[in-house]
Amino acid sequence: MGKVLMKGNEAIGEAAIRAGCLNYFAYPITPQSEVAEYLSRRLPEAGGVFLQGESEVAVSYMIFGAAACGERVFTTSSSPGISLMSEGISYITAGQCPAVFVNIMRGGPGLGGILPSQADYMQSVKGGGHGDYKLLVMAPASVQEAVEMMMSAFALAEKYRNPVMILGDGLIGQMMEPVEFPDALKAKPSNKDDWATNGMATRSRNQRNLVKTLYLDPEELNAHNLMLRAKYEQMEKEEVRYEAYNVDEDYKLLIVSYGTMSRVCRTAIDNLKDQGIEIGMIRPQTLFPFPKTAIYDAAGKKSCRAALCVEMCMGQMVEDVERSVSGQRPVHWYGKCGGEVPTPEEVIEEVRKLVK
Amino acid sequence: MQNEVQFAGFGGQGIMLMGQIMAEAAMQQGYEVVWIPSYGPEMRGGTAYCTVVISDRPIGSPIIRYPRHLVAMNRPSLEKFAPAVKPGGTIFINSSMISIDAGRDDVDVLKVPIIEIAKELGNVKTANIVALAAFVNRSQVVDFELLRESVKAKFARKEKLIPLNMKALDAGKEASMATA
Repeated sequence: MGKVLMKGNEAIGEAAIRAGCLNYFAYPITPQSEVAEYLSRRLPEAGGVFLQGESEVAVSYMIFGAAACGERVFTTSSSPGISLMSEGISYITAGQCPAVFVNIMRGGPGLGGILPSQADYMQSVKGGGHGDYKLLVMAPASVQEAVEMMMSAFALAEKYRNPVMILGDGLIGQMMEPVEFPDALKAKPSNKDDWATNGMATRSRNQRNLVKTLYLDPEELNAHNLMLRAKYEQMEKEEVRYEAYNVDEDYKLLIVSYGTMSRVCRTAIDNLKDQGIEIGMIRPQTLFPFPKTAIYDAAGKKSCRAALCVEMCMGQMVEDVERSVSGQRPVHWYGKCGGEVPTPEEVIEEVRKLVK
Repeated sequence: MQNEVQFAGFGGQGIMLMGQIMAEAAMQQGYEVVWIPSYGPEMRGGTAYCTVVISDRPIGSPIIRYPRHLVAMNRPSLEKFAPAVKPGGTIFINSSMISIDAGRDDVDVLKVPIIEIAKELGNVKTANIVALAAFVNRSQVVDFELLRESVKAKFARKEKLIPLNMKALDAGKEASMATA
């Protein structure tokens, strides 16, 4: 199969099927409803199950149920819907079940708007639900990358027995780009017998696998949380992904930006280069784990005077960038939060203020 | 080399489809391409526009404030977007619905009465294909024959509409050469 022109939302749905996921439960919400529209037609063809839940809360527990049975399962939603799912996500994380959540972000808070946004950064990387947990969060900057991240997300969720989130802004879902799908994955979840409720590993001992989230014994809960923490530390060691752009030059400013916003920054950087100004960029592809070391090193470069965080929100990533830069340089913020994507010209104007 | 085309009109005029058909042709020609819809609380009769970016290099910003070309299907679209078109670009005007000028002397202006042409072809719904053909033939943004293939592919599930749309393509092409 060669390249096909596809809307991000549809490509995400197709990628999940090719990753061997045949269970999709969802509740429609702009700007990601095309995923459900596409899969309601395509999943039955592929031998899968599409079910529309009565609400996002219900969907999150449908995901929990399927995941606890060792089935590959995913859902998609947008900001307010993810808020509703956050309770379920906390439970799934506690129950150590693999699942994939896609958030095609729109403006908030509240109902906000339906246009692109990156205002769910904190919710995604710091835990939107209650308790000590983390999600592995990946942020695509193109439809092709959304496909690749989707296809790797299930394996990562199974490796850690922890939900993975794909965090895209509205444009990632709405725009069409040529995509090439990698070969379909054949591998089934390998370890599910050890833990899934229908797993067979322990049955011979007349005992069944149990997925639970209630630990009334404080020592037991403490041990459970320490074990979860060890998984997040392992993610920080093994799963950090980022792209560095124009960092071989002696740049005066380091931009940190992700998703659609990073593409706008890339154009700004190219245009500034033509004007004789070098700017470097680190684009986190994983938001948790965050590319701390890469940003520390890039900001520490001799020519670099400051870092600039460019986001479609009120600077929610700034504190992670500050933490990474570790006081070596000042960290600034530029962005918009109403659904309008800043243009390259606006980013250039902001950069010029900082490097003059 | 990067080309940006903004298609603009009201909901129901086939704006999104025009952009998609052209984007498909550009992809077949080997270009990088991005199609971005306006998606807001849209409805039939409300405003609708989309932007197609075509490039021989990976496309950075998909957000284009100053497109090279504009296809204006109704008057508010022309008034709103004509001032943003880059000098040297093309402005296509649906002259069946737009009685004013582009107000620019630094761009190539192409006026085609697409609704009258489509009616002559026997189906007013082909007006957007007439417009697309006229614009593409004039601006040469993508290869015309690939555009033809792209239209065929788009109507693959409604095969009986293909001959009509081929006629619409030819009529649009002809109109773009006949009109100043």
